[in-house]
Amino acid sequence: MQTKIDWVTVLLYAVILIFGWLNIYAACYDEAHAAVFDFSTLHGKEMMWIGASLVIALIITLIDPHIFSSTAYLIYFAVIGLLILTLFIGDTTNGGTSWIKIGSFKFQASEFAKFATALALAKYMSTLDLDYKQIRTKIIAWAIILFPAGIIILQHDTGSALVFASFLLPLYREGMSAKILVIGLVAVVLFVLALLMEKIWVIAIIGGLALIALFYLFVWLNKRTMKHYIWVTALFLICTAYVFSVDLAFEKVLQPHQRERIDVLLGKADKETSKTGTGYNVYQSKLAIGSGGLIGKGFLNGTITKADFVPEQETDFIFCTVGEEWGFVGSTLLILAYIALLLRLVRLAERQYSKFSRFYGYSVAGILFIHILINIGMVLGLLPVIGIPLPFFSYGGSSLMAFTILLFIFLRQDQERTNLI
Amino acid sequence: MRNQYQERSTVIRIIFLTVGLIFIVRLAFMQVFDGEYRRLADNQALRPITQYPGRGLIYDRNGELLVYNEAVYDLMVIPKMVKNLDTNLFCNVVGITRDEFLTRMKKAKKYSTYAASIFMKQVSKEEYGAWQNHLYKFHGFYVQQRTLRVYDKPIAAHVLGYVGEVNQSDLDNDKYYKQGDYIGKSGLEKSYEEVLRGIKGKHIMHVDVHNREIGHYMNGALDTMAIEGGNLYTTLDAELQEYAEGIMANKRGCIVAIEPATGEVLAMVSAPGYDPNLLVGRVRGKNYLKLDSDENKPMLNRALIGQYPPGSIFKVAQAMIALDLGVITPQTGFVCDKSLVGCHNHPSARSVQEAIKMSCNPYFYQVYRRIIQQGKYKNIYKDAQYGLTVWHDYMLRFGFGQKLPIDLPRGGMSSGNIPDTAFYNNKRWYGRDKWAFSTIYSNSIGQGEVTVVPLQMANLACIVANRGYYITPHLVRYFGPDSTKNEEYYEKHETGIKPAYFEIAVNGMYDVVHGAGGTAHKANIPDIDVCGKTGTAQNSGDDHSVFISFAPKNNPKIAVAVYVENARGGGGTWAAPIASLVIEKYIRGEVTRKDFERMYREAAPCQKIKKKK
Ligand SMILES: [Zn+2]
Repeated sequence: MQTKIDWVTVLLYAVILIFGWLNIYAACYDEAHAAVFDFSTLHGKEMMWIGASLVIALIITLIDPHIFSSTAYLIYFAVIGLLILTLFIGDTTNGGTSWIKIGSFKFQASEFAKFATALALAKYMSTLDLDYKQIRTKIIAWAIILFPAGIIILQHDTGSALVFASFLLPLYREGMSAKILVIGLVAVVLFVLALLMEKIWVIAIIGGLALIALFYLFVWLNKRTMKHYIWVTALFLICTAYVFSVDLAFEKVLQPHQRERIDVLLGKADKETSKTGTGYNVYQSKLAIGSGGLIGKGFLNGTITKADFVPEQETDFIFCTVGEEWGFVGSTLLILAYIALLLRLVRLAERQYSKFSRFYGYSVAGILFIHILINIGMVLGLLPVIGIPLPFFSYGGSSLMAFTILLFIFLRQDQERTNLI
Repeated sequence: MRNQYQERSTVIRIIFLTVGLIFIVRLAFMQVFDGEYRRLADNQALRPITQYPGRGLIYDRNGELLVYNEAVYDLMVIPKMVKNLDTNLFCNVVGITRDEFLTRMKKAKKYSTYAASIFMKQVSKEEYGAWQNHLYKFHGFYVQQRTLRVYDKPIAAHVLGYVGEVNQSDLDNDKYYKQGDYIGKSGLEKSYEEVLRGIKGKHIMHVDVHNREIGHYMNGALDTMAIEGGNLYTTLDAELQEYAEGIMANKRGCIVAIEPATGEVLAMVSAPGYDPNLLVGRVRGKNYLKLDSDENKPMLNRALIGQYPPGSIFKVAQAMIALDLGVITPQTGFVCDKSLVGCHNHPSARSVQEAIKMSCNPYFYQVYRRIIQQGKYKNIYKDAQYGLTVWHDYMLRFGFGQKLPIDLPRGGMSSGNIPDTAFYNNKRWYGRDKWAFSTIYSNSIGQGEVTVVPLQMANLACIVANRGYYITPHLVRYFGPDSTKNEEYYEKHETGIKPAYFEIAVNGMYDVVHGAGGTAHKANIPDIDVCGKTGTAQNSGDDHSVFISFAPKNNPKIAVAVYVENARGGGGTWAAPIASLVIEKYIRGEVTRKDFERMYREAAPCQKIKKKK
């Protein structure tokens, strides 16, 4: 039995797409090229990409949804092939080698690796009688994730590689231990604290927490076995060692520009670096957004975004235009639209009958979520600068088409959910 | 089994909502609660450019353009926005040394780091043209158009006044002005400042990351246009002014010429003067100091600020007052008794008309005594107080003892002195009941404590020419965009004395020039009936030479007062012939007495002012 496609999701997709195009139009607006269908301009090209994406979406809704699971590995390895090919024949821009150039077209395989990995992982995780607890299962699952991510790191596109962390979300939903998430969170918090504060204070905090834990164990739970004391002490020592190794990791592992970005974010960089050096993008981005006020300066009236102060303002920094021209009201509505889309995807995923579809649905939500989190977090100065696009919004054919494919494969499965068991 | 861990979907939903909430709160702080971003953004991307209106033009009475504008450019700097400056290139283009650059930059920073200040003033159009192609490379610098005054003929500097940069008190008094603005500092430029200045406009330009203007912010919705300054259509006759200045070029003194029927000032000369072009633009400061330190005080407008003893011209007013009071009749005669006050040799005057013609000092001694001691009180002091009060009131009606309300700045003007009872009762002068006619009789012949300003002398000539009244002397007929008539300056001021008495003064003054025994035959112009009165004012140096006159006798077209400082010889020797030249020039359009003209033009009779030690 076939049901209707989920119109709520399609509507949210359309709203975000149209609003995105308007902002690209504003970001690259100049009076000489104001025509909507001027294909020499970015907004004209984006119009073309939107058209192509809609055609792809339409095609996807017409094909048999069984194909996605049956060809998952095929698609996955095809994309892996493209990624490797990119390494060899790719075009090098800004230190990264992530584009394949075909004539005047540029193609970014890493964008397509996201849905391909989602398909392959969903396929593997929905294998009949798979035992999640087995080490072998875990290794294979992580290999599926880290293989493309590793190649993308070799292309020097750390941002795109980071996106693969989004698979933690479907894995978590399917029963992965929550400990790994908690440990990850603690590691991040300690990392930031270690950079911001004197080490001794961080250790004092950890020590304090350890004492509270001991007290809790001792007095309330009355568990006075040696095992618990050893656990607490070991955790304390590990955390302390971690805190002291943060500096080393910071200096040795991260590249200088990455270190500076983190310094700028944490407010540790000097004024010059924050405003005109490494922090220039974010400073301008914050100026643009912050100056938007409650209702914004109005469509095409942005002063910062209209004057090329923000680099990459059609792509990674497109949110600046929203903030500046549409103000708090417009920005909030966009964020609410994204959150609504994510919540809708969770709802759709939960109503799937097949594990493959549910896992894939959560993968879609996870991938979109991490993009939104990192992109908007970056332009608002909450996260370090990591160049990844805002889904359905940033300028770019590859990303728009890849996100559309990602989303509509899921919508197609949702439409046929009763036939996919 | 199929839907194990379903509760984790709730955790995931909460994570999504939390992140959304964090973003929205962050946005609220940045966009709604913190206004600093807006300020910084506007500072960075918007550049308010003041649109300076052209200052109003100034014309003479015949439509000749006296003052107009020329475009110049100020190079502005916003120190905070100067970055990555190629200082060598900049200095080469602008044409300054590195040291100069540093000094100017320091000065600009001292004023403000984020507000614009003038880096280099008044660059000519040609210079600016040469820079234009480089300017966009210099972040933080831009150019602002201004205008400077230009004078084709170097005349009427005192009347026109000059324009200069606003000072602190200008800024405090009127919020219209901003640092670096120009304002009329003296003359008509000052008194008609609000007409001439127009209204400034403001364009808000949008500049891009390369410091290039990319257009008007919001397509100019917030821009205001500058409104051009209004023009002044003055009463001056440029040709006459130039002629009169030519005659006074090597003398010290002044000339005021007024059209009696209208009070319109035809010419106002103060010598020595200066070329108004000297006080314009970048040379202004240097020239100003030079002019200001000159012992001849060329920047003072003597016609308004000089307070001189009037000498014998004062006798005309004395006669009119005495006749109106009835203390004498037109036929009253007095013996020329030199024991009362000195006089020259002449037959005794048998009437007022003869007394004016002969300018007999003892006669006016008697006239003044009858005014002051009218016998209303037995006590001589009290009687003198009464007489002086009556006399003082009359003199005010003649425009003496007060600043005439001419349309020039009040600050550059004197009121002259007509002593009243308070003046003499003051302990620092004589004190109460310590003075009577015998103490103050010098006033009778325009000496003593009496002083007048040359404008008042010309005004006296107008009163006689009009047979008893004057119109406020003024310099502007029409002004502003609608050529508004300067109505308030056409008010009639009556002396209250019968025209018949003034006919006597007119006839007396006619005899001064034309009659046997008259003191100013040198003012005689063929075919023009000139009436005049000479004066010789004693002072610490050589006598001042004074002459008031009007012509023609009936239906007068021009009244002229001439004052030549420290010129040997009386009013008839220097002031009278000079006045006659001005009158002839105005009435006939040219002077027929060429030799006479050359002689007085070339003469330099004024005793040199001793330098102060
Ligand atoms: Zn005499």
